[in-house]
Amino acid sequence: MYKYSDFDASFVAERNAQFRQQVARRISGALTEDEFKPLRLMNGLYLQLHAYMLRVAVPYGTLNSRQMNKLADIADQYDKGYGHFTTRQNIQFNWPKLSDVPDILDDLATVQMHAIQTSGNCIRNVTADHFAGAAADEVADPRPVAELIRQWSTDHPEFQFMPRKFKIAITGSANDRAVIKAHDIGLRIIEQNGEEGFEVLVGGGLGRTPMIGKVLRSFLPKADLLPYLEATVSAWNQIGRRDNKYKARIKITVHELGIEAIRDRIEKRFAEVRPTFSGVDQDMLIDIEQAFAAPAFASRPVEAYETAYRRDPVFRSWADTNLSPHQAEGHSIVTISLKAHGQTPGDATSEQMRVMASLAERFGYDELRVSHEQNVILPHVHMADLPQIHSELKQAGLATANIGLISDIIACPGMDYCALATARSIPVAQQIATRFDELNLEHEIGELKIKISGCINACGHHHVGHIGILGLDRAGVENYQITLGGDASETAAIGERAGPGFAYDEIVPAVERLIYTYLELRKDHDETFLQVYRRLGNVPFKAALYPEVKAHAA
Amino acid sequence: MSRPFTPKVVTANALLEGNVVYLTAEDSWTGQMCMAELLTDEAHAQLRLLDAEQRSNEVDGVYLAEVKDGPNGPEPTHFREDFRRRGPSNYAHGKQEVQVHV
Repeated sequence: MYKYSDFDASFVAERNAQFRQQVARRISGALTEDEFKPLRLMNGLYLQLHAYMLRVAVPYGTLNSRQMNKLADIADQYDKGYGHFTTRQNIQFNWPKLSDVPDILDDLATVQMHAIQTSGNCIRNVTADHFAGAAADEVADPRPVAELIRQWSTDHPEFQFMPRKFKIAITGSANDRAVIKAHDIGLRIIEQNGEEGFEVLVGGGLGRTPMIGKVLRSFLPKADLLPYLEATVSAWNQIGRRDNKYKARIKITVHELGIEAIRDRIEKRFAEVRPTFSGVDQDMLIDIEQAFAAPAFASRPVEAYETAYRRDPVFRSWADTNLSPHQAEGHSIVTISLKAHGQTPGDATSEQMRVMASLAERFGYDELRVSHEQNVILPHVHMADLPQIHSELKQAGLATANIGLISDIIACPGMDYCALATARSIPVAQQIATRFDELNLEHEIGELKIKISGCINACGHHHVGHIGILGLDRAGVENYQITLGGDASETAAIGERAGPGFAYDEIVPAVERLIYTYLELRKDHDETFLQVYRRLGNVPFKAALYPEVKAHAA
Repeated sequence: MSRPFTPKVVTANALLEGNVVYLTAEDSWTGQMCMAELLTDEAHAQLRLLDAEQRSNEVDGVYLAEVKDGPNGPEPTHFREDFRRRGPSNYAHGKQEVQVHV
């Protein structure tokens, strides 16, 4: 794993010391709310509905056991004994006291973590494929490049006053697990004629105006990455709309100007910027790459796994849904579900964090990942250890076998916490998960991604859910709109709105009608919800959602 | 013609803990909406809002929240204010926790 250089450590320490003073001045009354707000946001501190919320970055989703244990300690010491993993590889603490936040930040710094650039109009925490460095389908580990981008973007002098926030995601696989097409810039590591480089996408994003990213460069040589990113952000920083925050993101600039025009501007700026990069960034990248070298994977028999798989149906069910192919023989990637039926998606108690840290330390080469899908991953596990891991996860309430299934729901905090929300999301997720667990239909339904946002800003990625749910305030009542056919993968698509919204107590039955329709229409067990939707379109699903309209038409 | 004024309370988040508070007629902050001063006169409400905004070393994010007069004092008219008054629905945290202990 990457270790902070002296520069990184002193930078974070200095920022924390500054913030400690800023908090003291706010508490003493020397700073007004308006003066303090931008300062706290620069350090990831929000004021939410019921309390402050501290958003801590998990850069490119990578943690070691020490870091996970520290998050658990913070949850116990300063919060209510849990943390919430978000849809952008961050963890949020929902109940910190303002006066404790400087201490929390100092505690985080002891394990090389921080909350810098998790808020505000800056280049945000760079996210990466949560299977990075482990996935069997990977061209290269994207995390060294993500770390390079983090270093380049942190406190970048040119990007201190941008029109709006800017989000970058990177993957090293053709199978996109990092939703790169819904980011301001999406990067995919590719190989062309034996040379490593990037496919660069621009102008993707969700929110009020969802857009799928467009190809800016089909192949960018590896060494050109930082100057090209700098040219892109720079070009947008010049012309991005500052008059209207809803039109400020680069997706709108790309949409309004057209991809060719924005590309011309970026290439022109790139010609100016490129010569200013001496190559020192590439030297740094070589060092960073060494820090991310794969562990020495053990080679030993996997019989223990095979025996457990044969004998224990609970283990088998979990193995079938929660394991993914690893690049090293005899190894597997374990996704630990933070979606126990009826629980809050993405929440982990301090005790659960410690269990996961301990498993990583003993069985996982001391590595953990957090995913934008709000689960935690043990990226490198020898298959012989899986029965033991499963048994310990089970005791901690962490062995839910539902990855990729209907109850593996992404949900933003919604109006239970968020000051921006227009409706609740968490209880809707809880009820859907509980309902399909009761029906015992989850495994029969197979792959299905439900994503729920509690407002138009779409932190819950509802536009790219196979079934998306958007909570709105309609005349003072919670109302839920359904979108269908969204896709967050390499075949990304924005879901189509199905029609009028549903009341809070109507939304779960509406989802149920969609599922029964799918089960009736699929050709066989292997045809997924999304495939059926693509084959037949929205007509049968709309008929299921709005039977009274159909009856009226007939 | 402007719309008739509907009842309000002054609400904010406490500076140190961020918890939801309401302004009472005695100029103190309370965690319970029903204890808040019910503001039925627009000019008076604006004055109370200004008063509260001056107290920025005690609270953040002061505003007038829509309420109705209930048997025990002000009650929310919108679900957002109802959630602010109560706390999150997934755990008995925040104000719900306090009520358990009291």
